[in-house]
Amino acid sequence: MSLETRPHDKLIVMANQIAKFMESKPHAEGIEGLSSHINDFWEPRMRRQLFEMLDAGGAGLRPLVLDAAPLIRRPKP
Amino acid sequence: MKDFIIPDRDFGTPAAKSKTMVTLTIDGFDVTVPEGTSIMRAAAEAGISVPKLCATDSVEAFGSCRLCLVEIEGRNGTPASCTTPVAAGLKVSTQNTRLKKLRRGVMELYISDHPLDCLTCSANGDCELQDMAGAVGLRDVRYEAVETHFKAKNTSGEANPQWVPKDDSNPYFTYDPAKCIVCSRCVRACEEVQGTFALTIQGRGFDSRVSFGAKTDTALTSDCVSCGACVQACPTATLQENSIIDIGTPERSVITTCAYCGVGCSFKAEMRGDELVRMVPYKHGKANRGHSCVKGRFAYGYATHKDRILSPMIRDAIIDPWREVSWAEAMDFAADRMRGIQAKYGQQSVGVITSSRCTNEEAYLVQKLTRAVFMNNNTDTCARVCHSPTGYGLGQTFGTSAGTQDFDSVEETDVVIVIGANPVNGHPVFASRLTKRLRQGAKLIVIDPRRTEMVEGPHYKADHHLALTPGTNVAVISAMAHVIVTEGLMDEAFIRERCDWDAFQDYAEFIAAPHHAPEAVELLTKVPAADVRAAARLFAKGGNGAIYYGLGVTEHSQGSTTVIGIANLAMLTGNIGRPGVGVNPLRGQNNVQGSCDMGSFPHELPGYRHVKNDDARAVFERVWGVSIDNEPGLRIPNMLDAAVEGTFKGLYCQGEDILQSDPDTKHVAAGLAAMECVIVHDLFLNETANYAHVFFPGSSFLEKDGTFTNAERRINRVRKVMAPKQGYADWEVTQLFANAMLGKTGGAGWGYTHPSQIMDEIALTTPSFAGVSYERLETLGSVQWPCNEANPEGTPLMHVDGFVRGKGRFIRTEYVATDEKTGPRFPLLLTTGRILSQYNVGAQTRRTANVVWHAEDVLEVHPHDAEVRGIHHGAWVRLASRSGETTLRAEITDKVSPGVVYTTFHHPETQANVITTDFSDWATNCPEYKVTAVQVSPSNGPSEWQEDYAAQAEQSRRILPAAE
Repeated sequence: MSLETRPHDKLIVMANQIAKFMESKPHAEGIEGLSSHINDFWEPRMRRQLFEMLDAGGAGLRPLVLDAAPLIRRPKP
Repeated sequence: MKDFIIPDRDFGTPAAKSKTMVTLTIDGFDVTVPEGTSIMRAAAEAGISVPKLCATDSVEAFGSCRLCLVEIEGRNGTPASCTTPVAAGLKVSTQNTRLKKLRRGVMELYISDHPLDCLTCSANGDCELQDMAGAVGLRDVRYEAVETHFKAKNTSGEANPQWVPKDDSNPYFTYDPAKCIVCSRCVRACEEVQGTFALTIQGRGFDSRVSFGAKTDTALTSDCVSCGACVQACPTATLQENSIIDIGTPERSVITTCAYCGVGCSFKAEMRGDELVRMVPYKHGKANRGHSCVKGRFAYGYATHKDRILSPMIRDAIIDPWREVSWAEAMDFAADRMRGIQAKYGQQSVGVITSSRCTNEEAYLVQKLTRAVFMNNNTDTCARVCHSPTGYGLGQTFGTSAGTQDFDSVEETDVVIVIGANPVNGHPVFASRLTKRLRQGAKLIVIDPRRTEMVEGPHYKADHHLALTPGTNVAVISAMAHVIVTEGLMDEAFIRERCDWDAFQDYAEFIAAPHHAPEAVELLTKVPAADVRAAARLFAKGGNGAIYYGLGVTEHSQGSTTVIGIANLAMLTGNIGRPGVGVNPLRGQNNVQGSCDMGSFPHELPGYRHVKNDDARAVFERVWGVSIDNEPGLRIPNMLDAAVEGTFKGLYCQGEDILQSDPDTKHVAAGLAAMECVIVHDLFLNETANYAHVFFPGSSFLEKDGTFTNAERRINRVRKVMAPKQGYADWEVTQLFANAMLGKTGGAGWGYTHPSQIMDEIALTTPSFAGVSYERLETLGSVQWPCNEANPEGTPLMHVDGFVRGKGRFIRTEYVATDEKTGPRFPLLLTTGRILSQYNVGAQTRRTANVVWHAEDVLEVHPHDAEVRGIHHGAWVRLASRSGETTLRAEITDKVSPGVVYTTFHHPETQANVITTDFSDWATNCPEYKVTAVQVSPSNGPSEWQEDYAAQAEQSRRILPAAE
């Protein structure tokens, strides 16, 4: 059994994992760390899927991911 | 030593390390040597070889053969030159009438109990006893021995009780006691060089015999690990490689680098014609210093195994049988498909996986293929699934992913932490160097859920074994840091001078919080708090502290956090930037370091420069004449996810078996099955090839030129000793494919004619390799990067005058439990690892005689867990997780704690990775191999999945006869 029982579920897990690490830092630093991590390591189609979820309200994503969203680079459609 | 081909001189005794020099006179010549040098070695330095049998420079002097006698003016008698140290002003003579007579008498006695069958002896021409008989002018043996060790029957035809038959139980060497002169070199090599203590001298006087362990043991059943050190040390045919017995002596030798683990041992490939006769560890190899393990020394037979595929093959669909075709047709077919996929699904729909087993030059070309021909950054390498968290963690804290030391550094270590690594099995030649230091008294802290071979061995024992629950590395490392900070044990001067003080204060405040205390995490980690405190104190105040770690650190959902924690610990205690200390990732595969250096990661160009950086891209854009994508590409797990989703359709996979080695086999299989063109480039039809459409046959490390970079960042030459059996070295195959792709669009092709040109391009584009060239490697033997104008001879130690990033940066390491949790359905934790005789997915070692040591993967279960489940030793058990299930045999052992089970992943029949899940490291997606919740129950045999898999694999490996 894999994690993606629903589309993009795996990305939620991955984004939340990064958030959990960054949550131990001061909030501003955490936002910066999370967004730059995703910008540096997530391929555009992963970011595109992340934005699909964010645009739909970001259900299941930790608050830090939502807070960092404005700093995440939105890939070309 | 037997070195008649390239005479690596044997100096008789090891080099002395003293800085004080002493001058003496030997045979009238003045010689100046370090204090503590033996007279024998001093003579050798002056070019005078004193006859000897029991001395060799890989082991300490022993003084038993009495052949190396010398006279010293003003001293009585004729002392042995091997055990007599030099002293200022000594006047030594090594050759005169008295000494000649004594030596000849000694040789007469030796020869009286030795068969005179030199012509048919396997050591003929390569025997020190023969050489010494010649050297002392032995012309006659006056003694007729009544009793001998070598005659099977005495003169009346009765069996000779002193005669012992040959022991040929080991597949690689034979012990023939009839040829033994009891010089003890083998016993000493086993003790001093390897550290296994498998050999001993049994009996005394005339009854003295070399023996493997107890009287009832054979070479195979004893503790012997088949490293070959004894065979190498033996001056006669007593311990002889079977390949020499079968083939005869070699006629030339070529220095090259082992293609197994990340230690990167240098070997002499000894050849006769284009047949490899034997591999002998190279004394001047700076990683191994003349030592080897069973894999590098003996397990090279896979290169000529009958399973090796020598013809390119293609097929339209994976349900079809393979069709052998010409290279040209295979290239055309593959290029057509890949171009077609990109035309239909877009530029980003294909990618590559570079090999951590191939050379730097080959990895460089494969990532260049994706960046400059496919025009995307979809490249990854097996480091994704092993040391990618090292890259992230050390990069964040120190500024570079580089391991900080060379292997020689261990000789100056006082306290060693080994965490999540079992070098005795995984990095055996390094382990020999480490355990040698431990036997000298260095302290040892092992952090591992299992009682591995590293915890206790011959004449060493861990001072602290923190047997933690799998998945709690961060909690344990943080608890140690908590103790160091709250008890004031840190090296404040170092931190103030070398580290970012603000970051330290933030970290200190974080780590001093009570929830990091050993007592607070004890319930979680199952490690007694007192042990953690004692270990932390020892590491902080025990002198030079070094940390060695492996995949037990990285392959967790918090792998990167643990690496950061380790770096914090080293900075806290000031253990960075000098010999004997440091943070030392033990890399898995031979060139995993190199493949990372070469830009195999999807976000980084060669030399670890992010693709977002315009200046880094500009360098390559200028040299390659293309425009490089500035977005990161897909990592291996992302490629598979994208494949399942339908946006990733084509993969060129060189020298890597992702179906077997990557976690959650079913998911990997689903990803591969969804692709329209999978190109596998390998020696064998590996498991991944079951899903391939194109097969490019690969060349072995014996068949190509190139370089490997080992765990100490050492760039070692790989040299071609025979022509590629399938026609092309792997770099040539990649080039053929790149040119076939470029030909479809009329682009200019690549034109490398030798790997040295590829290295020149790497040096041109990559600052840390700027000073590397084949010419320099010829001169220096090997070099550790960074090698550039500032460090023309390389960099053995990193961060000597300051961290690469400037100031070392402490980072908070909050423990986050993995989502992989035990529960009623899956109450046990599975952790995985490897054993000495097998390597990675076993594609190589399973095709050698190494299978005598490990013919199948077994599951280690604690007696308590076995008892409640009704499982007995050797029984088939079913191992199940939420990902899948398999069956294998159980081994009942208390090496694992209750609640923990363990297995290896060397055999495709077992496929341990059917069980592992797709959880991964938060920063790098490195899979969490080391923690899987499982259940174990009795079973009757292979699971349905295993039977289906075997059937599918067999179908998929059919090859049609070539249509000529």
